[in-house]
Amino acid sequence: MDVLWDRGEPVAVRDVVRALADRDLAYTTVMTVLNRLTKKGFVRREAGEGRAWYYAPVASREQYVARLMLDALSLTGDRETALAHFAQSMTPPEAEALSQALDER
Amino acid sequence: MNAALHLAATLVLCVAAAGPLARARWVWRAPRIGILLWQMLGLSWALSAVGLLLALGLAPYDAPIPVALGRWAHDAVRGDVTPASVLVVLGLLSASDLLIGLLWTWCSVLRVRRRHRDVLALVARRDDAAPGAFVLDHPHPVAYCVPGTRSAVVLSSGALTALTRDQVDAVLGHEHAHGRERHDLVLLPFSALCEVLPKVRLVRAVAGAVALLVEMRADESASLRHGAQPLAAALRRFGSTPAPEGALGAADVAVAARLARLAGLPPLPALARWSVLVGGLLLVCTPVSFLVR
Repeated sequence: MDVLWDRGEPVAVRDVVRALADRDLAYTTVMTVLNRLTKKGFVRREAGEGRAWYYAPVASREQYVARLMLDALSLTGDRETALAHFAQSMTPPEAEALSQALDER
Repeated sequence: MNAALHLAATLVLCVAAAGPLARARWVWRAPRIGILLWQMLGLSWALSAVGLLLALGLAPYDAPIPVALGRWAHDAVRGDVTPASVLVVLGLLSASDLLIGLLWTWCSVLRVRRRHRDVLALVARRDDAAPGAFVLDHPHPVAYCVPGTRSAVVLSSGALTALTRDQVDAVLGHEHAHGRERHDLVLLPFSALCEVLPKVRLVRAVAGAVALLVEMRADESASLRHGAQPLAAALRRFGSTPAPEGALGAADVAVAARLARLAGLPPLPALARWSVLVGGLLLVCTPVSFLVR
């Protein structure tokens, strides 16, 4: 995922493998992970040159962090018992700013 | 009619006790006992409400509820229905409404958590400053727990910079207590009740009181290991954001109550604890004795 975020453009599987060369991962492993991320809706898959698929992140890292923060502060309107937080500590203007950061795409 | 009278009395007692108990401060001195009492009260309420409807509807059979229910079902299949059957159907419907509400809330909670965990796995990192926790890079201080069979404790980098090492440990202790003791399961039936009866103010008050007790229990557990001082300091840091437009939210009241507790409320004497437990058990036994026989 970090590789996809750093590139900022759709990446082919072999590029991800190359970027993670120090981890010594098999091509098929990386492909499986990317397909799984696609199925979960984190990554978008598009046809590129030739037969290879190109992958791109659906949202930025910051947007995901913002989403978690909204969840954590029970501001998303989801079930409050889903998470247990230490203390409520966000003022409405701050929460508003966080929501906006999430909406700006 | 004997059963109906007993169940009605239990129901009235549960409803009458809920208001004062939601406002009571003595339960803060023994959060675990308080939580147990609420669970027993809630169970008695649900059982006697359903039981009362059944008992009234099945009165013509003049038999214990389970026996009479069997005969009623038998008669109903043959098309032999009395007007009192409306009450039996109502009782069965409210029982299934409560159960479905519980299941529905549980499923949506699980869905929210699964998505949250997935995202967490992508963007959180580990940090030596917060052992055993996930760290989120965000300047706003938050600390929370994603409960589950393997609970995950999460801290924002903002919380790490705002707190000292002792305070971080205390906060982690608090969140781990939530996860270890599965406080989400404690809260679940009460939030489900809020879903089933959304307009009833008493239900909201009860859910709020239980949520506060759960926080206090986690505070208690954390302060036993890490001391009350660091936890109180961390709580002040988190809760000190000024409430805007003069609105003192429930959260601020809750933080003030927790701080007051940490500042030194004496624990409830053993005798009082035991009498509360026995009282609660007697309460639960009443509806159970009529429904299971």
